[in-house]
Amino acid sequence: MEIPIEYYLLLSAFMFIVGVVGVLTRRNAIIVFMSIELMLNSANLTMVAYSSFLGNSVGQLFVFFVMTVAAAEAAIGLAIIIAMFRNKKTLNIDEINILKW
Amino acid sequence: MNQIVDSLQYIKPEISAAIFLVVIVIVDLVMGKNKKYLSPIMIIGLLVTGFFIIDQFKFSSFAFMSENNKYGLLSIDSFGSFFKLLIVFSSIIIVFFTISSDEIKKAKERLGEYYTLIWGMILGMFFMIIAADLIVIYLAIELLSLSSYVLAGITKDTLRNSEASLKYVIYGGVSSGIMLFGISILYGITGTTNIYEINGLLQSQQIQGLIVTLSAILIFAGIGFKISVAPFHFWTPDVYEGAPITITAYLSVASKAAGFALLFRFTKITFIDSINADGSWNIISLIDWRSFLIIISILTMTLGNFAALWQNNMKRLLAYSSIAHAGYLLLGLIAFSNEGMMAVMIYFVIYAIMNLGAFFVVMLIANKIGSEELDDYKGLGKTAPVLTVSLGIFMISLIGLPPTAGFIGKLYLFLALINSNMILIAFIALLNTVVSVYYYVRVLKYLFIDSSEKEIAPFGVTIPNLILLLILVIPTLILGVYFTPLVEFAKYSITLLGF
Repeated sequence: MEIPIEYYLLLSAFMFIVGVVGVLTRRNAIIVFMSIELMLNSANLTMVAYSSFLGNSVGQLFVFFVMTVAAAEAAIGLAIIIAMFRNKKTLNIDEINILKW
Repeated sequence: MNQIVDSLQYIKPEISAAIFLVVIVIVDLVMGKNKKYLSPIMIIGLLVTGFFIIDQFKFSSFAFMSENNKYGLLSIDSFGSFFKLLIVFSSIIIVFFTISSDEIKKAKERLGEYYTLIWGMILGMFFMIIAADLIVIYLAIELLSLSSYVLAGITKDTLRNSEASLKYVIYGGVSSGIMLFGISILYGITGTTNIYEINGLLQSQQIQGLIVTLSAILIFAGIGFKISVAPFHFWTPDVYEGAPITITAYLSVASKAAGFALLFRFTKITFIDSINADGSWNIISLIDWRSFLIIISILTMTLGNFAALWQNNMKRLLAYSSIAHAGYLLLGLIAFSNEGMMAVMIYFVIYAIMNLGAFFVVMLIANKIGSEELDDYKGLGKTAPVLTVSLGIFMISLIGLPPTAGFIGKLYLFLALINSNMILIAFIALLNTVVSVYYYVRVLKYLFIDSSEKEIAPFGVTIPNLILLLILVIPTLILGVYFTPLVEFAKYSITLLGF
């Protein structure tokens, strides 16, 4: 039995919302990064689902690029988090607040 | 295969930028602790890249087409070349800023990485400007973003520097995630990633307007982050204040120029139906793109101008001013006409000159007094007359008062708006300009009227810095009275491939 495309789209929309909520509510910078990765991956899932549904390979090709970019972004994000931690000894984004208004 | 080889001639500026990126890495590796050749190589590289852009200025063609397809991945046209030249110009100025910046001197051992990442940004911006495919758009934005995240924290020893970098990477990651989700929806409903093909499908087929609107708004979140319009502007003040001034100036000019070029190309190519004889565009009626942009634009300029009123840090004030300017620049898009597009091109040249100038003066003052707080600016009019008078000229130009260049920029924007019958919007923008007078003039009050409690020894400018300052001051004044060449140049390079 084939799984209809709506299921994939609902799952990816759910993942996207979980990612957005995670970014907005979590206070640890690393978990915020994990939530951003979740957002990127939900877009990937949409792309692959549509690609298979439309019989068009562009979407799957796009996903490879996105995965590469996501890896680069995670590397840069972790490097910046380390630089931050050396200066401040905390990763709680509520305490990282010398720049405001 | 032939197509790929043929296409290489169209991307000579990008190839040159990529080669010089590698050259900088190799020179930095070979020379070790000796950093004095890096800046000259940067200048040579930028001049070579600029030469290639001028060389292919009038090209108008797709590059990297697939075999069964009449559209390509990249579209080469004079609109793109115009913005590329603007980016090369601001990069050259930024290299000179870097040479005289004390902040970068403290992180001198990382100068090689600094220039490499600047090339990364340039490459990203070039591809953003010419992208005609959603994949290229996404990759170019990410290339630009990833380089600028690191550059914002390049001096990494100070807390505010790493904080700026961390905030930038979080906001940037979220907005690129939102944009990617929008792209995936747009791909799903059209089955293609080429914006010309998407335009064809939107014109011919029955596609649900609601879902196109949703994906367009999500994609706008990614572009809006780059050009820092409300409500995607939260990173701007923090990053501009925390990053080194050279990078702040670069982000506020070059990265914004690339963002606007992409926004224009994306909006015009994807959502246009036809062009009238008088140069105004008919937008596909599936989505109400204009009302959306009007709300964003008014929100952006009002928020930028009012938040700037109570800023006491010069970099932060200029950050809010650049948000407000993003709002003004969006007015050129709202006009939905070739005239509006031309107005934005004119405004961007002027904005680049005056904004770079303002940041340059702030940097030179910070080199001397070690602060960007307005309280420390008191009485500087007497101790550093050359710098403060030039800052005054830039401030007046940012307000948009005659006889400075800023006036001409705003004049063309408002004219374009009035010609497309949006007098109310033009009036709101004018009111915003009036509000902005307050905070720009407040800076002048601190400089020239207030007197300092502390004694500061008078200081001048070194000759190279003075020359650079004059290069920025003189156009600001001259373009205010003799602007015909600029207008002609913008008119000459208005061709956007396809329509």
